[in-house]
This record gives sequence, structure tokens and C-alpha cells, in this order.
Amino acid sequence: MTLVSISHVHVGLELPAQEFVFTRADLIRYAGASGDFNIIHWNERVAQEVGLPSVIAHGMLTMGTVIRIVTDWLGDPGKVIEYSARFTRPIPVPDTDQGTNIKVTAKIAELLENNQAVITISAIHNEVTVLAKTVAIVQLAP
Amino acid sequence: MAINQEFIGRTYPPTEAYSVGREKIREFAKALGETSPCFFDVESARELGYPDVIAPPTFAIVITMQAGGQVVHDPELGLDYTRVVHGEQRFVQHRPIFAGDEITSTVSVDSIRSAAGNDMITVKTLVHAADGELVSTVFSLLVSRGVGEAS
Repeated sequence: MTLVSISHVHVGLELPAQEFVFTRADLIRYAGASGDFNIIHWNERVAQEVGLPSVIAHGMLTMGTVIRIVTDWLGDPGKVIEYSARFTRPIPVPDTDQGTNIKVTAKIAELLENNQAVITISAIHNEVTVLAKTVAIVQLAP
Repeated sequence: MAINQEFIGRTYPPTEAYSVGREKIREFAKALGETSPCFFDVESARELGYPDVIAPPTFAIVITMQAGGQVVHDPELGLDYTRVVHGEQRFVQHRPIFAGDEITSTVSVDSIRSAAGNDMITVKTLVHAADGELVSTVFSLLVSRGVGEAS
């Protein structure tokens, strides 16, 4: 893998779209890996008691997964120099083998000085945006 | 209840060092479904010019969420933890976190504002390596939902 060159991108360029699946097992795995054991991410009873339809995905699991559309494309995942998102809607994860999926698209929104590019990312679950203002800035090769 | 604006700029003592391990990075990358070799394989990371496996862009949250507890649980600030939700997150990565890093986090209150009966507090964490290099700057917007608010 080599870092994508700025000469190969232009404003409006779409990165290869991706679809990610979350199952209950993914939530448990992320809880363990991140240390975020908030009970609403693994206990159905408590999640429903606080008004959620079921356990929900960690916002940071969603954010961390969605950036793969960039890290899988960039050639050097260490060149994501800024990444931000707003958590707008929770993602309920059903107790099924199929889980639930998120459709992710991304495009180059702006080219900056020093071979940097601004990428805007869209994450859709059940036709609703789950992360808003999701933006990455990447360092590209000359 | 609005949070006291005087807390803007309050800075907490740096945390004890967090030792970033290869296996923790691999476990975290795997939990996100990452497949890029530089998160798992030392040689692949070195080919990209890094000293060891690198952490995914959101790994700093593992360290900063713990550090941010100083703010969330500060009795003087009076945040009701049971009403706090994560509103926004921003990572500014000056360089990736590597396996072998000894990370200290310095947390401060960056901003406080109120809107629609909710208090919004932005917690800023400076993530430093052992030699003092600034590795990342991490911003977390926490929303304390007002009592009886209609969402």
C-alpha cells in the first residue's frame, strides 16, 4: 500500500462506498477493546428501561468503523490528521444473526494547501443519518 | 441547572502514563473490523515509516475517555452523570499513536454553553508522548440533558 497522491484526487471524487454490519457480538467486542462498558450497549432490559428500543451501538464504535471508508482507501491509515463527527441518532442493534447495517459514502469536499484534502462522510442506517458533520482531513502524497 | 461558566479553562493534573501495547492496538483495530496491515503487523507499519504498529484514528478515545472522568465526576462542576450523552467528537492527530508510546493526558474544560435546556460542555484533552511531543488533541462534547426537556 502506498499513500494516495493529491494528483489522483479532485473535489467531488467519491471514495469506494462501504457497508458495515453491527451485531450484538460486535458491541461486546468493542466494549471490551475500548473499555466502554456503558450498560445501554449490552443490557436489553436496562436499555429499554431508559426508553431505547433495544441496546444501541456505541457512538464511538460507529465513528471508528465509519472512518474505514477512508483508512481502506488512503494507503497509509496514519495520515488521517483530523476526524470529527456529531452523534445524531442511536443505532439499535437487534438480537439477530444478521444484525443491522450502515451504508457509508464519502467524497473529497475540498483540497487544502500542503497536499491535504477534506473528506465528507455520510453514514446512513434505515435511511436516516446517524452521524452528522462527519469530516476527515487527510495528508496525501505530492 | 446551568453549569457555572467559571469552569471554562479549568485544567486538571496530567494523568499517569498509559502504556500503549501492540496487542491492545490489534484488539481495538479488530473490534472496528480494520484490516490494514499497519495496525497488526510491525513490518508493514515500518514500511510506512512508523516505529511500530500504529493505532486507528479513534484509538485516543480509549485513553481520553478515562481521563475525561476527572471532569464528569468533578463534584464542584456538578454534572449529573446519569443525564450525560456524547454529542460530538473530534480528533486532531499530530501523529499516529504507536505501540510503545507512554501517553499522558491533560484534560481541560474548553467551553460551556446552554441551549434548549441542555448544558453542553466541551472537554479538551492534550495527549502527550513521554518526550513531551504533542501526539493528539481530542475534543469531546458532552450534553447534559435538562430535566423534563422535550426532545
